[in-house]
Amino acid sequence: MDVLQIQNISHVYFSQKTTTTALLDVSLSAKKGEFISIIGPSGCGKTTLLSIMAGLISPTKGDVFIDGEPVQFGNRKTGYMLQQDYLFPWKTIEENALLGLKLSNKLNEENKMKTIVLLNKMGLTNVEKMYPKQLSGGMRQRVSLVRTLATDPKLLLLDEPFSALDFQTKLKLEELVFNTLKQFQKTAVLVTHDIGEAIAMSDRIYLLSNGPGTIHEIFDVPEKIRNRSPLEARSQPEYNVLFQRIWKELESLANKDEY
Amino acid sequence: MPTKMNIKLLHDEYKKALIRKRRQVLFFQMLIFLLFFALWELSSRLKWIDPLIFSSPSKIWDLFLSFMTDGSLPSHISTTLFETILGFLIGTGAGVIFAAILWWSPFLSKVLDPYLVIFNAMPKVALGPIFIVILGPNMTSIITMGAIIAVIITTIVVYSSFRNVDPNYVKVLQTFGATRFQCFWEAILPSSFPTIISSLKVNVGLAWVGVIVGEFLVSKQGLGYLIIYGFQVFNFTLVLLSLLIIALFATLMYKGVEWLEKKLIKSNE
Repeated sequence: MDVLQIQNISHVYFSQKTTTTALLDVSLSAKKGEFISIIGPSGCGKTTLLSIMAGLISPTKGDVFIDGEPVQFGNRKTGYMLQQDYLFPWKTIEENALLGLKLSNKLNEENKMKTIVLLNKMGLTNVEKMYPKQLSGGMRQRVSLVRTLATDPKLLLLDEPFSALDFQTKLKLEELVFNTLKQFQKTAVLVTHDIGEAIAMSDRIYLLSNGPGTIHEIFDVPEKIRNRSPLEARSQPEYNVLFQRIWKELESLANKDEY
Repeated sequence: MPTKMNIKLLHDEYKKALIRKRRQVLFFQMLIFLLFFALWELSSRLKWIDPLIFSSPSKIWDLFLSFMTDGSLPSHISTTLFETILGFLIGTGAGVIFAAILWWSPFLSKVLDPYLVIFNAMPKVALGPIFIVILGPNMTSIITMGAIIAVIITTIVVYSSFRNVDPNYVKVLQTFGATRFQCFWEAILPSSFPTIISSLKVNVGLAWVGVIVGEFLVSKQGLGYLIIYGFQVFNFTLVLLSLLIIALFATLMYKGVEWLEKKLIKSNE
């Protein structure tokens, strides 16, 4: 069964003078354990789409189902990771990591232990009592990942979570996220404008065009890349072939925009 | 190892220079303080200024001692201090609560916006006579004055800081299914602590204004009463004594808030 199912979503933003169609007739789906990416030029409604999946905004038209149930505002089935870590500076790392559990009243000794173990697995040992300021950007984003995973979400939504990091940290973190998600059999949706990242991490890539945002093309990532970790995937010949294809499509979208 | 020696030496010199600088500042601060009172005493004795109006430090000191021995001064001080601290706490607390209500209901905040502006622009001490008529010429009226003078500006400042909290923090909470109250408690309020503390500092001064004016009007007890009484019987030594005591306690209260700020911000880091 599909963990995520989006059927004919359209979303319009209204202001006093204008209406902006951010998304038009977008449909997509993901099976359990699948990793899909959404790429596209800026302003193609990627973040809007993610917010709709998270139940933060309800679409003007269309339905979203997670595990066969319609998404409602304030549902607790998705985990959302933002561009920056947004750890709360006045909370310790432990308090930050346990935030989601606390808010959904699932905080007990067992879950707490699980979260600490998860922190350790991410290479974060002896930082529980520290404050976010004392950690590096990469470490903080890892804490943010733990915070998201701690509530055991059915679906993980990643909103350019690596874009604010330096290249080396980014590659390491991609590797870590990929392996963690595979290990826990998590379904994930990644929004990015890094083509390489999308290819290296996902099973399927949706290319959105802008004004209004629609699905322009769907790329299936070849098996050979899919089964490898992001770092290894980048050295496969198929990686470059797919990169060129997506690059050309993105260019054509950008050119269409200019004229 | 000549370089190592040099660094230590330079550091010692640097530290010495810092201490010297600090001592210089302290010296001039003390000098101004002493010169001010010495010049005051001198010019009063030599009749450069009218001793009846400007009194002199020695006369004020004598009055202070006699008031302390008959026990009337401590009771005036404690009355005013009690009113000021209570007015300050109520004013700030109510301001933060009103700000929270405005944040809670964007509709209400839009509706009330012009009234807040009017009420903020109006001199609140002008309401004094009305409070005295409603609440009676007593401590309640004075505390109300001390509170009302700070409450609107606190509301406005704290509310605008509530609104300026990075919405992504709220987004994080919402993705975990947080209620509006949880968003307020976990993100909005703690991020606004620095603003609340700095409005405390402003409110210390405001509460004193409200309470002193309140005591002028009620004229029963307290340092404000001593000022107005001294003015009526033309005893300016009494007026100046009260002023100096107010200055001292207002400073102490301000320092108290600063201490609180340091404690709170330390726990923030």
